[in-house]
Amino acid sequence: MIFLVEETLKRIQSHKGVIGTMVVNAEGIPIRTTLDNSTTVQYAGLLHQLTMKARSTVRDIDPQNDLTFLRIRSKKHEIMVAPDKEYLLIVIQNPCE
Amino acid sequence: MEIVYVYVKKRSEFGKQCNFSDHQAELNIDIAPNPELAEQFVERNPVDTGIQCSVSMSEHEANTERFEMETRGVNHVEGGWPKDVNPLELEQTIRFRKKVEKDENYINAIMQLGSIMEHCIKQNNAIDIYEEYFNDEEAVEVTEEAPSAKTINVFRDPQEIKRAATHLSWHPDGNRKLAVAYSCLDFQRAPVGMSNDSYIWDLENPNKPELALKPSSPLVTLEYNPKDSHVLLGGCYNGQIACWDTRKGSLVADLSTIEFSHRDPVYGTIWLQSKTGTECFSASTDGQVMWWDIRKISEPTEVVIMDITRKEQLENALGAISLEFESTLPTKFMVGTEQGIIISCNRKAKIVCTFSGHHGPIYALQRNPFYPKNFLTVGDWTARIWSEDSRESSIMWTKYHMAYLTDAAWSPVRPAVFFTTKMDGTLDIWDFVFKQCDPALSLKVCDEALFCLRVQDNGCLIACGSQLGMTTLLEVSSGLSTLQRNERNIASSMFERETRREKILEARHREMRLKEKGKAEGRDEEQRDEGLATDLEALVSKAEEEFFDIIFAELKKQEADAIKPKPMPDLFCTSGQRKKRHHLSGSLPLGSTDKMPKYERAKQQHGREKKQRQQPSSEEVQVAQEGEEATGERVGDEEEEDLA
Repeated sequence: MIFLVEETLKRIQSHKGVIGTMVVNAEGIPIRTTLDNSTTVQYAGLLHQLTMKARSTVRDIDPQNDLTFLRIRSKKHEIMVAPDKEYLLIVIQNPCE
Repeated sequence: MEIVYVYVKKRSEFGKQCNFSDHQAELNIDIAPNPELAEQFVERNPVDTGIQCSVSMSEHEANTERFEMETRGVNHVEGGWPKDVNPLELEQTIRFRKKVEKDENYINAIMQLGSIMEHCIKQNNAIDIYEEYFNDEEAVEVTEEAPSAKTINVFRDPQEIKRAATHLSWHPDGNRKLAVAYSCLDFQRAPVGMSNDSYIWDLENPNKPELALKPSSPLVTLEYNPKDSHVLLGGCYNGQIACWDTRKGSLVADLSTIEFSHRDPVYGTIWLQSKTGTECFSASTDGQVMWWDIRKISEPTEVVIMDITRKEQLENALGAISLEFESTLPTKFMVGTEQGIIISCNRKAKIVCTFSGHHGPIYALQRNPFYPKNFLTVGDWTARIWSEDSRESSIMWTKYHMAYLTDAAWSPVRPAVFFTTKMDGTLDIWDFVFKQCDPALSLKVCDEALFCLRVQDNGCLIACGSQLGMTTLLEVSSGLSTLQRNERNIASSMFERETRREKILEARHREMRLKEKGKAEGRDEEQRDEGLATDLEALVSKAEEEFFDIIFAELKKQEADAIKPKPMPDLFCTSGQRKKRHHLSGSLPLGSTDKMPKYERAKQQHGREKKQRQQPSSEEVQVAQEGEEATGERVGDEEEEDLA
């Protein structure tokens, strides 16, 4: 089972354009990351808050709704956040141009 | 009225303590209202008062205590580690991480999230949703507006006796000023007391001219020096050349001596491109073109006589009415003559070639600023475009207008646009990449004739001068003053195409002429001479017949157009009545001659004239004339037989 996890993460990392992958827990501790520590910590802290905000927004509008995915497209790349109850999977990708 | 209340107090009681006690109200004074006082006042009716129907509110101000704020950055250091784990120790963190990775929750979460994430990553890789299509194409400006022009300003001749504005010149820098030459071009019909002044107008101030130029004889042309905007050159009605310096005032700075000047009014003056910027040349209807240097204006530096037989005889010279010089071709210049011939010459004072095709004096002559090989001329009732290669005829021409064309100019920004002015006061704007048969825009500027036209360098403003000295400033819509896409190519290809067509036609004509020449040489020479005399008469009468036929056909067409809306019976009526006249010799029903169409009457007239000529004896002519007056019908009958 554990190596399935490994494989999944490796597969994600190997996709075209993916710059970095990281898994962060609810407290903001990076469990698994392919980027350096300081960047990871920054991403973890900021994106956690953003995800919380996004989730609360969605639920405020419709309490039966929930956030499934968050995508932030910026000039340089796209940050994709898949939230879970306890963990966050964050992938930074450069959309092909 | 003084109201006084008196009370008494004993002196011994002064300073005693006051004891207050109740007292009944006492009426001291009662002043009754005096209605007579009301007379001194006027009752105000109605009374305006403002009232407001709202909640009454009061305004208060409050200020909080000052709150000190400071901006600081926070460095996100690792946090969230449980208490037992020291974030700085690598071992401990790794151990923690490994523990988490073994957690079942973690595994499930990752599997789920992983699949969602992969889906999105693949999506991103598959298609770029923010792709810019059509990045290369520039925004196509589709200006659907119709061409238009509107009058911005009108400058009227401040003089009482109105003179025609015969020439205009824009100020070379910035085009904020306009120099207008006023004169009366009618031969010896200039009204007494007409002023000789010409004016420089500032566009901002249409009420009063900025400067008046006072020559000794009215100016026919006036030009600013393109190199020195203070110097102006004027050609006078008496043939002299005068120049002004606006810094020095309104009197002539320099004047050419009358013995060496032109003998007729100077119709064209142009500044030349020279290092000193003081050279110019002028042309006049006396057949001479003279070159001058302003510094020594007493004598021309060079004189050329416009004699196309190249014998330099002044008697044979053609009067020059317009002059053309393009600074990109400094060695060539062109002269438009009164006889309708354009003479192209080069600087070495030699006549290179002539172009003929106009029936009347050539009032305007200008090369196309984009394609100098093609030039525009205006004369009689048409405007024609010529190419230097085609000498026999113009390559493009407008239809014959109702009124005489007086001036024309190319647009300096669009190679296919030119402007013309007419004697009936209309300004036409032609755009031959848009429409070739008619002007793109035709504006009636004023009721009197327009004499001259000048376009400003930006192609937007046009000034035109009229017969009563009124100069109108018009602004043209942006569609006509901005270069369209491909316009240069289209215009040049049109010019080339027309030139080629003319060349082909020329070649064919030449062939035909050669053939005829060959035939003619075979005939006997003497026979030709004899035949010539009688032939002449026959030719003349034949030509007249043809001429009248054409005119009648025109009139007939016009009549037919006019008659068309009327009901049919009328036509039958006239023909019936005509038939009647054959049988009846008595008096005609009165209305018939009126109902006869104009062309019939005109034909009758022509027939009468012909008869007069064919019967050279005066008696018969007289009889015929009397006969006509007395008995209209009889002549009518004769005419009917004639026509039948």
